[in-house]
Amino acid sequence: MIDTVRTRFYRFLRRILTRPRVDLPLAVALLALCCAGLMTLYSAGDRNLSLVIGQAARFALGGALILLMSRVPPSVFRNWTPWLYIGSTMLLVVVAVLGEGRGADRWLNLGIMRFQPSELMKLTMPMMVAWYLHPRQLPPGWKDIAVVGALIAIPAGLIAKQPDLGTALLVSAAGAFALFLSGMAWWRIGMLLAAVGGMIPVAWHFMHQYQRDRILTMLNPESDPLGNGWHIIQSQIAVGSGGVFGKGFEQGTQSRLDFLPEHTTDFIFAVFSEEFGLVGVCALLVLYAFIIGRCLWIAMEARDTYSRLLAGAIGMSFFVYVFVNGGMVAGLLPVVGVPMPMISYGGTSAVSLLVGFGVLMSIHANRKVHD
Amino acid sequence: MAKLIRRRAFKDTRGEQELFRRRALTGFALILLGLGALVGRYVFLQVLHHDEFATRSVNNSVKPRAIPPARGLIYDRNGVLLADNVPAFRLEVVPEQVSHMEAMLAELAKVVPLDQDDLDAFRKQLKQTRRFDSVPLKMRLTEDDIARFAVNRWRFPGVDVVPYLTRQYPLGPLFANVVGYVSRIDADDLDRLDPEIYKGTTHIGRTGLERTYEDILHGKPGYELDEVSADGRIQRVLKIDPPVPGKNLYLSIDARVQKATQEAFEGRPGAAVAIDPRNGQVLAMVSVPSFDPNLFVNGISLTDYTALTSAADKPLIDRALKGVYPPGSTVKPFIGLAGLEYGVRTPQDTVVSTGVFYIPGQARGYRDDVRGGVGTVNLYRAIEDSVNTYFYKLSLDLGIDRLSEFLGSYGFGRPTGVDLPGEVSGILPSREWKAKHMKPASWFPGETVITGIGQGYWLVTPMQLAHAIATFAGHGVPYAPRVVMATADVGAKPAPLANPPTGPSVIKNIKDWQAVNDGMQLVIYGSDPFSTGKGVKLGEGFPYRIAGKSGTAERFSRTSDAYNENRNTAYLAARHRAWFEAFTPAEDPRIAVAVVLEAGAWGAKDAGPIARKMLDIWLTTQSGTVPADHPLQEMEPTPSSSTSPNAPEDTPQGDMPASDTSSPENSTP
Repeated sequence: MIDTVRTRFYRFLRRILTRPRVDLPLAVALLALCCAGLMTLYSAGDRNLSLVIGQAARFALGGALILLMSRVPPSVFRNWTPWLYIGSTMLLVVVAVLGEGRGADRWLNLGIMRFQPSELMKLTMPMMVAWYLHPRQLPPGWKDIAVVGALIAIPAGLIAKQPDLGTALLVSAAGAFALFLSGMAWWRIGMLLAAVGGMIPVAWHFMHQYQRDRILTMLNPESDPLGNGWHIIQSQIAVGSGGVFGKGFEQGTQSRLDFLPEHTTDFIFAVFSEEFGLVGVCALLVLYAFIIGRCLWIAMEARDTYSRLLAGAIGMSFFVYVFVNGGMVAGLLPVVGVPMPMISYGGTSAVSLLVGFGVLMSIHANRKVHD
Repeated sequence: MAKLIRRRAFKDTRGEQELFRRRALTGFALILLGLGALVGRYVFLQVLHHDEFATRSVNNSVKPRAIPPARGLIYDRNGVLLADNVPAFRLEVVPEQVSHMEAMLAELAKVVPLDQDDLDAFRKQLKQTRRFDSVPLKMRLTEDDIARFAVNRWRFPGVDVVPYLTRQYPLGPLFANVVGYVSRIDADDLDRLDPEIYKGTTHIGRTGLERTYEDILHGKPGYELDEVSADGRIQRVLKIDPPVPGKNLYLSIDARVQKATQEAFEGRPGAAVAIDPRNGQVLAMVSVPSFDPNLFVNGISLTDYTALTSAADKPLIDRALKGVYPPGSTVKPFIGLAGLEYGVRTPQDTVVSTGVFYIPGQARGYRDDVRGGVGTVNLYRAIEDSVNTYFYKLSLDLGIDRLSEFLGSYGFGRPTGVDLPGEVSGILPSREWKAKHMKPASWFPGETVITGIGQGYWLVTPMQLAHAIATFAGHGVPYAPRVVMATADVGAKPAPLANPPTGPSVIKNIKDWQAVNDGMQLVIYGSDPFSTGKGVKLGEGFPYRIAGKSGTAERFSRTSDAYNENRNTAYLAARHRAWFEAFTPAEDPRIAVAVVLEAGAWGAKDAGPIARKMLDIWLTTQSGTVPADHPLQEMEPTPSSSTSPNAPEDTPQGDMPASDTSSPENSTP
């Protein structure tokens, strides 16, 4: 009995390894991205090998999860979606009630490791929206839009309250993209955007003072040279001094001399820009664009509405990471905690991103058969 | 249902797919646009403004430096300085300019002595600051240190002597328990504090007001932009954003009252608290013995610390807030008031004191002060003579539930809410309390009886008793005691802090208040042969009427219920705790005090004079009549004949054998 279980497990493992059901172009692009990330980390982290090895181990874990997820058919994801959504929302409530962590209470201590439920939401959110829209008539009407709005607002509100504005933004963007891809009428989008614009003063009212400060600081970095203004000024100096061709690998002075704070996490892209210049930036952005494009391609080929919306939303939310982090480093957007995917040091976000790509691989493997 | 089917029927898979394809393509186009905008921004920074940023990168020698705010000063109510900032020097290290930190520290230790605490705090802070921010290494350098370092300075790039302000407490031990002290920010503090606000700050309020009012005292750091040379020395200050200094505090305590109170103890361990019943302002708060808070500011030496912690009379403990003592007879006015307010007694109702009181149906006797009793007493005489029997019977009639509810409304059994840290709640006996903390958990009538004379489980802090008597004196209007009366921005006038009553008056009928008040005045002025305050003449020569009550609580449970014939003062002092509570003017009270003397033989005779001295000095601080000088008569120890009716002191009331509380009694009403 045990033997058969073990044999079946080994057979499963062998199948995963020998015949991976992955989309090769996407896999290669991700691999390239991870390599670029490790290289930048090596330089930004002052040649601290343990930092690089730790990150590589997370990438390896993420890779394994991609292989595992790619074997799970999308229908299984779909059936589990409501439970996953409810589960991760409950976890967010638990964190809100008894969370720990300094300043921002977003961690849940599981004893062996600390776990961030909002990270889970980045994936379950587009799943839930896709699940809801899947059996419905598309393009969605106001009623469905309202329901989707509520599905997005509840977890996003809980995350924003932690307070983790960056993740709240990513989560709601993922949900919104699914809605956009479902074909929500342009005039409705326009009306909604206008309404959101009208809500900005209200949102300002409910923001934490430090969040307001960040936005004000972005508009005038010199007003806070000890805090966030310092980040922005130093980051821009790093980027600008890189020039077209960059100072060369390991030649960035801004981070080396510790002028640049958080230079292995949120501001690592500044180190990259300083060392590889505009050429490096463009190359990396092209790689990101390719990955997003490939995701949308996989989405278009998908078998059903659920898979389509999910794959598309995952791909498009990848763009939000790149845009928000890249904009923040270049002083275009306020300082929020959004990492540069696969480049920034940090465990949970890298792993959860790769799990998302695992779902994409599964959707690709179960794509529509062309007639 | 039909609607649902219609919806299903309309689901156009192929159309949806086409719609999705269009949306995905549009989305991708928008994404490319967004990435294009990003590239535009990078072109702007890296191509168009490259020269400018490249220059700034090369000359990145402008560094911000935090300027810590000056800590707010602390004054007494008349502006006497209690906590000051004085200039001193410390060693600071800029990490990025030190190539081999450990080697440098080892070398530096040969020049300037560094102890382990300095090094631990330094290493911890080193990890949490940016490498160009300087980290303090050793505080309060001596002239010698500075001179020796100055000679060797060239050997230690990145290490510098920096002037700063350090805390000093000019009155030292007198306010140690109130003002508290600041001390070095340690590794645990660093985990907790907001690094933005504590940038450049080295000390934090550790105890007392320094701790409670940390946020107000601290202020907000400023910064300056310095142009630094290659070796990190400041060449030029480009810009200064000055820090916002912390607010100054004004205490309601008068340093003169505080000092006179402390001196009245003559070094004997104890505590005293005076409160203005009209607003809850603390007028004096003394704990004897005390310690010098200045020792703690820059790290106390191990020898000093051991001396303080191992001293038998525990000078570090603030007895006013953390000392718990059985209240003894000081609670009798409150018990009497409970009887009136619940309608169980009128002031004229009498009880016969025969010297011993029995719970109906029980053989155990609860003794009175005076062998043979004092005869028939009403409320006034019961308070004046501190007649146990009256209160035994009254508390039995009231029952423990009404008793503890009533006493709870005067703040017994919970912190008073004074604006100082570490206050303990004491114990107010009740069924619930016993069920939670004791075995057996059930309540016995004998425990109700002794609660009536402030013995048994009951424990109070001096602050609690002062709060209770002040609440009574203030016609029942409860205020949380407040030590800080006002705060002031630097250069501005003190702004009073509001302290509204915590609730409506707890007195139901002003006549009850008057009756108990009259009884308490008889304690001071009564002529009854058994009057507790008679021989002491506590009211003599004072321009206002005083109301008071003594208390003499037993430190140990008695092992037998025989009268103790030993009247030797020293012997009793070792066994008793002497209490005195008082307020004046009796009809319109402006000050209420509670005094405990740990080794006092008798409440009225030993603690009473301390209370009187407090009232005397308080009077001199009030505008208006100042009374003529009137030295207090020191009483000779009473001859050991306890039957003498001349001066029966307020006798201890721990009349219960130790075993009593654990013996179940069967006649629970």
